Amino acid sequence: MTAFILRRSLQSIIVLLVMSLIVFVGVNLVGDPVDMLINPEADQFEIDRVIRELGLDRPVAEQYWYFMINAFQGDLGRSFVFGEPALKLIIQRMPATMELALFSLFIAISFGIPLGVYAGLKPTSKISRTIMASSILGFSMPTFWVGIILIMFFSVNLGWLPSTGRGDVATYFGITSSIFTLDGLSHLFLPAFNLALFKLSSVIRLARAGTREVILQDYIKFARAKGLGEGRIIRVHLLKNIMIPIVTVIGLEFGSLIAFSTVTETVFAWPGMGKLIIDAIYNLDRPIVVAYLMIIVLIFVTLNLIVDIMYSFLDPRVRIKGVS
Amino acid sequence: MKLTRMITIGIAAIGLSFAANAADLRVGLQSEPSSIDPHYHNLGPNNGFATHIFGALVGSDENQQHYPDLAVSWKPVDDTTWEFKLRQGVKWHDGSPFSADDVLFTVERAQNVPNSPSSFVTYLKGKTFSKIDDHTVHIKTEKPYPLMPNDMTTVKIISAKAGKGASTEDYNSGKAAIGTGPYKFVEWVPGDRIVLERNDDYFGAKAAFDKVTFKPIKSGPARISALLAGDVDFIDNVPPLDVARLKKDNSVQLSGGPSNRVIYLHMDQFREDSPHIKAKDGGAIKNPLMDVRVRKAISMSINRDAIVDRVMEGVAVKAGQLLPAGFHGVSDKMKPEAYDPKMAKKLMAEAGYPDGFKMVVHGPNDRYINDAKIAEALAQMLNRVGIDASVETMTKAVYFKRASRGGPDKSPEFSFMVLGWGAGSGEASSPLKALLHTYDKSKGLGAANRGRHTDAEVDTLIQKALATVDSDARGKLLAAATEKAVGENYGVIPLHYQVNTWAAKAGYKYLPRTDERTIVMGLSAN
Repeated sequence: MTAFILRRSLQSIIVLLVMSLIVFVGVNLVGDPVDMLINPEADQFEIDRVIRELGLDRPVAEQYWYFMINAFQGDLGRSFVFGEPALKLIIQRMPATMELALFSLFIAISFGIPLGVYAGLKPTSKISRTIMASSILGFSMPTFWVGIILIMFFSVNLGWLPSTGRGDVATYFGITSSIFTLDGLSHLFLPAFNLALFKLSSVIRLARAGTREVILQDYIKFARAKGLGEGRIIRVHLLKNIMIPIVTVIGLEFGSLIAFSTVTETVFAWPGMGKLIIDAIYNLDRPIVVAYLMIIVLIFVTLNLIVDIMYSFLDPRVRIKGVS
Repeated sequence: MKLTRMITIGIAAIGLSFAANAADLRVGLQSEPSSIDPHYHNLGPNNGFATHIFGALVGSDENQQHYPDLAVSWKPVDDTTWEFKLRQGVKWHDGSPFSADDVLFTVERAQNVPNSPSSFVTYLKGKTFSKIDDHTVHIKTEKPYPLMPNDMTTVKIISAKAGKGASTEDYNSGKAAIGTGPYKFVEWVPGDRIVLERNDDYFGAKAAFDKVTFKPIKSGPARISALLAGDVDFIDNVPPLDVARLKKDNSVQLSGGPSNRVIYLHMDQFREDSPHIKAKDGGAIKNPLMDVRVRKAISMSINRDAIVDRVMEGVAVKAGQLLPAGFHGVSDKMKPEAYDPKMAKKLMAEAGYPDGFKMVVHGPNDRYINDAKIAEALAQMLNRVGIDASVETMTKAVYFKRASRGGPDKSPEFSFMVLGWGAGSGEASSPLKALLHTYDKSKGLGAANRGRHTDAEVDTLIQKALATVDSDARGKLLAAATEKAVGENYGVIPLHYQVNTWAAKAGYKYLPRTDERTIVMGLSAN
């Protein structure tokens, strides 16, 4: 196991290095941040001063060299817009995004698996057909549009839930989150549901497909013949066996929940990393774009590793190389 | 699903009990300031926001007219010296008294903020500040300098006591954010909210709200729905498309007015061979935009009424010069060019282009209100007088670099472009010196002259105006410069003035500001 983890970590570092190069060169090819930052009334001297101050007068290779030297010391550069370290700004906003992603993952799993299993067990019933039809909608409707519709319906028309921002936060067990307050939860629900919709649909479809496959297996028939109750068959024999594809997808998709929360965060003005990166892209705040993408790569790499390790717990037949 | 609904209802019921106090205000802002430090980033959203917490020597009202703020009076005492008499008895938010030392400290710090992406040096360089007594400051310049009061509206005065050694982070955390304004800083959670509270010791009219919370909501539809849902009480930058619909909504009060921002066209007037202009057969052609008759023909071929009514949904005012009437230094003779395609064709023929030419119209697609649609409409209008115009729009991050420095030797790349200019100083000198004075790096003039228009007479008029302290005489010179540069030379072609729209919940009304800023002191119950 140790050898496996070590090897994977080494691979991750190479991926990070390659990514940093691609991203750094990529963002430096596009536009000029000076025009986004400076007051239009500034004269030529002031424009030149800002170009020098931000180091934009230097060749890209030289800028990359200094970026790497600083990166190895844990400094991913200073935001052009905010003047504060990029890493600090991203980490400051990480809890909001994490809480949004985790809560929508929770929604996706806690609704997706029961609905999917039900649709798999009773494939011809009207309810199952409705579930499956809705899941297609969940896949195909654009997040931005759904977000606006959710706001129009639940906030503007019904007035049930707040339409914007993050609610009050409280701290328990050293974690500061808005899920600990009612105001926080009421703010969290709509964006989390909006973000969860796509995952919810994929979990439903995976759970249904898994159920349809597993329910025909001999061991299920044998369990039935043995006279086990339906509940126990589903809990012990069915759920355990459909979990592997679901865990894989959830694990990988959790990364994309974090990375692609940008749309939901923009619609709901959620103060997370996604909103930061979108603003940074519009303003060409290059240090934030680079630092954010590095962090996202790191998250994906780590999640992949965790998924691989979890396999071995869920399915005893899966052995990780290096385990004797 | 029944369970979810019950949970939602439950949550909603509790949510209602948190209904905000009537004396509190929640504002949905399109652009969040990048810092609380008033000297860190010289840009609209920051400068507007800082007005709540900090004062300046000279105030700038909703029409950018000056009023006494931390200085009660100002006058030139000789050709090169301005005297500012400071207000007595003003207290900082921490209780300490305001004096001339704070002004001198401010001037020093505002020019030396580390990592500043756009500084206040532009307004402070070449000026020597000296303290005469605790409440008198003299500002000396080398040459007569009339724009002193305008410049003094831009730099916010900070407390020397709180600001000593303070970094931008100290302002963002609130440690150093001590001002004299009607509101005190409470907290800033970046991306989420900025909270202010009333300053009871404010020397002027007391603030109307106990507590103000600014929430950055970048997306236009989201900002409107937050207002309709009652999550915020007041929003800025209402998209024109929604204005008509919101006008019919009784729960919302709209306010809007022309801004100091003119949308105009820059035309290449410095290259015989302009990169985005070709003959109709695709061959090379001498740049027709060098000929004033062609520029005039283009101006006549534009149906400004159609742009205002159709493209801007009526939320704009057609323009005949660089600033709307009422601003200092505008000409009272100039009217928006009348739409006359026949005359335009005649002028084109006179200039030697009876069959027109091929040209690319460049414009941004995310900087000004409906900018890409304006470029498309322009191209159609130009096609009608024989100019084969195609449109290329792009994101502002790419556009402005190419428009300013995209060509060889950092020259402007485009031949014909849609741009906007907001006169920060509220005077015609602002667009004239930046857009129409000859590009002159050593003088710092013509910095945004992307067509490189040049005319010795215009330059003389502008420079003379910039050295004329007498306000009326300066106004006349500026009007004359505009008449020559825009009216006769067609150095740039004005299209329309942007109208900005704010929306508040019923019962409140905002005094629209020409400088596009959102300042809650302008919001009152009606």
